[in-house]
Amino acid sequence: MDNVQILTGNQAAALGAKLCQVQVVSAYPITPQTSLTEVLSHYIEGGELQAEYVRVESEHSAMTVCIAASTAGARVFTSTSSHGLLYMHEQLHWAAGSRLPIVMCCINRGVGAPWSIFNDQQDSIAQRDTGWIQIYCRDNQEIIDTVIQAYRIAEAVYVPVMVCYDGFVLSHTTMPVRIPDERDVRAFLPSYQPHTILNSQEPRNINPVIFPWRRMDAEGCLRDGYMELRYKLQKALEEAKPVIGKACSDYTAIFGRVHEGLFWRYRLDDADALLIGMGSLATEATMAVDRLREQGVKAGVLGVRLYRPFPREEIKNCIGQRKALLIFEKDISYGYEGALCSDVKAALYGSEVKAPVHNFICGLGGRDVKAEELADAVKTSLKMIGAGNLKQQTIWLNCRTEKSNDGQSF
Amino acid sequence: MIDNNISAMCKPAPGEAGKTGDWRDMRPVIDHTKCTPYVKNKPACFLCWLYCPEGVIRDTIPVEIDLDYCKGCGICAEECPMGAIAMVAEGKQDG
Repeated sequence: MDNVQILTGNQAAALGAKLCQVQVVSAYPITPQTSLTEVLSHYIEGGELQAEYVRVESEHSAMTVCIAASTAGARVFTSTSSHGLLYMHEQLHWAAGSRLPIVMCCINRGVGAPWSIFNDQQDSIAQRDTGWIQIYCRDNQEIIDTVIQAYRIAEAVYVPVMVCYDGFVLSHTTMPVRIPDERDVRAFLPSYQPHTILNSQEPRNINPVIFPWRRMDAEGCLRDGYMELRYKLQKALEEAKPVIGKACSDYTAIFGRVHEGLFWRYRLDDADALLIGMGSLATEATMAVDRLREQGVKAGVLGVRLYRPFPREEIKNCIGQRKALLIFEKDISYGYEGALCSDVKAALYGSEVKAPVHNFICGLGGRDVKAEELADAVKTSLKMIGAGNLKQQTIWLNCRTEKSNDGQSF
Repeated sequence: MIDNNISAMCKPAPGEAGKTGDWRDMRPVIDHTKCTPYVKNKPACFLCWLYCPEGVIRDTIPVEIDLDYCKGCGICAEECPMGAIAMVAEGKQDG
């Protein structure tokens, strides 16, 4: 019989890490992540999880502990949000460059200044280029399942994985969650095989100063230079896509739940207008699509699950000959447009796709985004497109300055 | 099959970061006739050996500097109480 529990996103993530039998946890509390690490410390202190909880004075140190423990062969877990993630930034590069299969939950929160504890996705988007795999979850069931999948993916390709989900909207909201059976998780997830076994009989320098060119080491063995190692990291991310797809289909075979690997589709088959988004915002878009369909608008949702590596070909093929692309996101690349919008458009370059693009920046710093607002925004956009205005728009949804959106009402 | 070169690593050995002596533009040159261990033929002084941040000076008689790895910082010349070490620009004749 199914074991269903009513859990917050943070409780689901903690339980996922426990089911993966993580051996070292190191984290520093920050809203809205705190209740995740509290649950894990409770598991460890109560003897339910045989792991070491390493207390640290900062997120930078938390990631450093994870790097050291992962290098020594332990399966490690951490989690953070917003400023904590930004404080880790240097060590995020270090973890990816060391090719360590660390799994971290990023509970998405806006970034100061000014202070905000509320949800948007600026924090993890700002870490896009650190060499981590990034997966965005749409609900609490997907969180627990994705944490388990993340270890399988990370340990197969030796790239760390960031499991991102929206602060408060998911982290502190309870939903029924089916709890995977511990034995099934063991069957799905083989034990961690580190790429390097540290051994006191055979000491090594890890990540020494490396020169731009390839050269012989002291033993006459040709060693990669900086660029070769960076190229291998890039290849590992590119080649992770089929591994992620396989992890998802194997997961479905064992647990019965489908989380489409790279992105998910909602009422998409005959849709002319495509709403594209990530995380709970894309979930909200499914409700907007239901409203639009009732009003005769053929709309559907493409929910991006895997943001890095970006599923370029797959998204391009899915977009095909749709008539309008409406990209909703909770981040902004200042001075240009939403980061997801840029990536989607880049995927279409040189293809036959000519659909007009409207980019919606919304929900920054926790501003509420309602399904009817998304539906209304889509209708306004489609009206503009229908009137022959095909120029790209970047619209700040529900932003009330006098000059926002060139006087158009969104 | 895991790539042995998946991340940067090496076994601790002299030269694993290259012959760092080629970073040098000033070279230490010892005048042994002023150097205490040589003059007294006793293991004495060795302040240059003690202060060298690169560990490239040997506390032998006479004192030896491994120019393959000496970066030319000049600390030995600064610390020598006898003024026995001169820093000479690379490419110029000794002393």
